Amino acid sequence: MDVSLVQVSNISRSFGGHLALDDISFTVARGEILGVIGRSGAGKSSLLRCLGALDRPDAGHIVIEGHNLTTLPQGQLVSLRRRIGFVFQHFNLLGSRTVAGNISLPLEIAGMPRAQRRKRIAELLSLVGLSDHAHKWPAQLSGGQKQRVGIARALANAPVLLLCDEATSALDPETTTSILDLLARINRELGLTIIMITHEMDVIRRIATHLVILDHGHMIENGPTLDILGADTQSPVTQALLSETQPRVPPAIRAKLVETPVPGAHVVIRLRMGGTAADQPVLSTLGQRFGVDAIVLAGGTNEIAGQPFADMIVCLSDYSTEIQDFLHGFDPSLKVLGYVPADH
Amino acid sequence: MSRLIIDLILRATLETAQMVLASGLVAVIGGLPLALVVVSTRRDGLLPCPPVARLLGLVIDMLRAIPFIILLVLLIPVTRMIAGTSLGTTAAIVPLSLAAIPYFARIAEVSLREVDPALIDAVRTMGGTRWMIVRHVLIPEALPGLVAGLTVTLITLTGASAMAGAVGAGGLGDVAIRYGYQRFNTEIMTLVVLVLIVFVALIQAIGNLISNHLRHT
Repeated sequence: MDVSLVQVSNISRSFGGHLALDDISFTVARGEILGVIGRSGAGKSSLLRCLGALDRPDAGHIVIEGHNLTTLPQGQLVSLRRRIGFVFQHFNLLGSRTVAGNISLPLEIAGMPRAQRRKRIAELLSLVGLSDHAHKWPAQLSGGQKQRVGIARALANAPVLLLCDEATSALDPETTTSILDLLARINRELGLTIIMITHEMDVIRRIATHLVILDHGHMIENGPTLDILGADTQSPVTQALLSETQPRVPPAIRAKLVETPVPGAHVVIRLRMGGTAADQPVLSTLGQRFGVDAIVLAGGTNEIAGQPFADMIVCLSDYSTEIQDFLHGFDPSLKVLGYVPADH
Repeated sequence: MSRLIIDLILRATLETAQMVLASGLVAVIGGLPLALVVVSTRRDGLLPCPPVARLLGLVIDMLRAIPFIILLVLLIPVTRMIAGTSLGTTAAIVPLSLAAIPYFARIAEVSLREVDPALIDAVRTMGGTRWMIVRHVLIPEALPGLVAGLTVTLITLTGASAMAGAVGAGGLGDVAIRYGYQRFNTEIMTLVVLVLIVFVALIQAIGNLISNHLRHT
């Protein structure tokens, strides 16, 4: 049997002559966390509404667990929606219900008896760490707590797919981290497939195993996150999205940077290493073996999709061919950004 | 103050309360479904059918356009048919209700429209049917506003019930006109006005209390 849970084939959707989605195709395997990123107006929300069976594409097919969303009659769509969990940017909790009441709603809709419901709500509250808040009202919770309730509610009917619509965009950085950790844990422990829509590259880097990049309704990239973010050449759109999270040469040094080598000048390089290379003590080896002073000007080692990835701007006191060969062994796409005259 | 006057005013107060509460109840029973239909059939509603929304809107506006005192007289045959008589407290409930239904429907419509559409979307994503959306989202989320709207309706009905007093409906308005105005009895007039002030203030206070309690902040 095919391992892919979601198959999107050639879907298009337009609104009043404006093409919001243009011939988009990708698949999502079970257990994957797919990040869909793009600037506003890129078509992310249209895609999510189609995936959540809230809207039908004009052309193409979406198949989830063997059910074709685009041809399923309305009545069966309703029951399929109960197999898909939705997490919203603004939480969308009912102010008229308590925390427990909000989590109870999808269970009530699915027709679960009261006793079973109570048990399930307790499980879900403990999963998201809100067991003490069952009887509070949404208005009494912080943003992060509200989103935890939103996640618990989305998980209530044991969905096969979790769709997150900018789930962390309304949260502060610290809360964002805790929500992303929670989602990653759910993905790990429940093996739940997650599709995350976001405009924040940082969110993608941290948890998405796979990536779809949208721009003006077109799919620019699709593949494993590490492959796309670690690629030697990236499309301008990808670069623009990445630019906020990428290391930059500090302005004071950029001002002194010259393009051609000057005798005795220090060299500034951009070093990017993924996989096992990222774990190596490359810079200290440079010092020990070649006697080179290496100063990290910007960047460092981060995780992309749970794997270390180093991306840094380094200033070297020497750049002999041996050093170049040594570094190329770690980063074949090594780039020299410029030279800083000796007084630095 | 004589025992007779106190009895008179007490009885009139109860009659007013009876008229206001009964027609208020009918206003909710008739007005809330009407408001739900109007909100749901709008172009962005749950069951879009704009002609229905427009038609109902027109009927509501027409009923609201008729001055209450005229409606009172116009409805006499209908009142006779329903209540058996066109005089007295029970009879007054008929025109009061008919005036209150469109009044409350408009107020309820505003509260229902203010419910965040994202909440409706959220329940749709859970596989909720239209009826579930009405029951679990629209009405509970609009409830504080609906209660506030009902408070306003009840107070407006208090004023209208005094007018109904003019055509023999009983109640505080009737006492104020017959004793206070026609017989120049300032004591009774003042007393009735004071009772009305307390009556209205009480409705508003209770309404605020319930509405705020329902807001869960």
